[in-house]
Amino acid sequence: MLDNLAAFFSNGANIVFFVFALFAIGGAIFMISFTKVVHMVVSAAVTFLSLAGLYVLLNAEFLAAAQVLIYAGAITILMIFGIMMTRHQDEDKPSVGRSHQVLALIGVLCLFGILFYAVQHAMFPPAEATAAEDNTLEIGKRIFHDHVIPFELISLLLTVAFVGAVAIAKREEE
Amino acid sequence: MSETIMPYLTLGAILFCIGLYGALTKRNAVLVLLSIELMLNAVNLNLVAFSKLGVLPSVKGQLFSLFNIAVAAAEVAVGIAILIALFRHKGTVNADEMNMLKK
Repeated sequence: MLDNLAAFFSNGANIVFFVFALFAIGGAIFMISFTKVVHMVVSAAVTFLSLAGLYVLLNAEFLAAAQVLIYAGAITILMIFGIMMTRHQDEDKPSVGRSHQVLALIGVLCLFGILFYAVQHAMFPPAEATAAEDNTLEIGKRIFHDHVIPFELISLLLTVAFVGAVAIAKREEE
Repeated sequence: MSETIMPYLTLGAILFCIGLYGALTKRNAVLVLLSIELMLNAVNLNLVAFSKLGVLPSVKGQLFSLFNIAVAAAEVAVGIAILIALFRHKGTVNADEMNMLKK
C-alpha cells in the first residue's frame, strides 16, 4: 500500500493530477456548501479552471483554452449577472425539507457506488502511446474535413439560442 | 507503467454526483443551472480522458467535448434569460415557487 503510494507520488504527472483533482473536488464541495450565492459561483469557477488544467495534462491544449474562455470566462460571468439582476442579497436557505435532502443524498450515493464499481471492474486494454502532435491543427483538420455539417449546425444552434435569449429577456412593451 | 484511465473516470463520477446532488437540493434556480454545468463538465472530462487513454485514442473525443461546450453555453444563455423574465413577472427565482403551470 505505502509502496504504491510512494510510486504514485514519484511521478510528476500524478502529483499534478492529484493537485488539480483536489481543487476540482474542493471547488465542487464548496459550491454545494457555501451559503452566499456569489461565493458559490466563484468556487465553481475554481472547479472549471482546475478541469482546464486536467485537460492540459491529457494533451488537449485547445480544449483547455476553450474551457478557460467559455466556462471560467463567459458562463461564470453570465451566472454572476443572473444573480445580480435577480436577488443577490439572498442567502440560499435550504427550504427543501430534511427528508428531501437525505433522500437525495442516499440516491446520489447509490449512483456513485454503481459508477465506482463499474469503473473499477471495467477492463480497458492499455492504449498504445500516440505521438504528441499539434493538437489544434488536428482538431481544425477534423472539424473542417470530416465534421463540417455538425459544425455548421452548432453555429446555427448558437445563433438561434442567443436570438431567443435576447427575445425572452427583453422588456415587454406595455 | 503508463498512466491509466481509472483516476479520470473516478473524478468524473465524483463531480457528476456532486452536481446531481446540487441540482436536486438547491432552491435558487441559478444554482441549479450551475450544478447542471458541473455535470456537463464531468462528462467532458470523461470524453477527453477516453480520447487520450481509451482503447482507440483519437482526437474525436475532444471534438465531442467542443460541441458539448457549445451546447452548454447555449443552454446557460437561454436559462438565464428565462430566469430574468420570470423574476420580472413573479419576483422570485426559487425553484419551489415556480408553479404557475399547476393550476
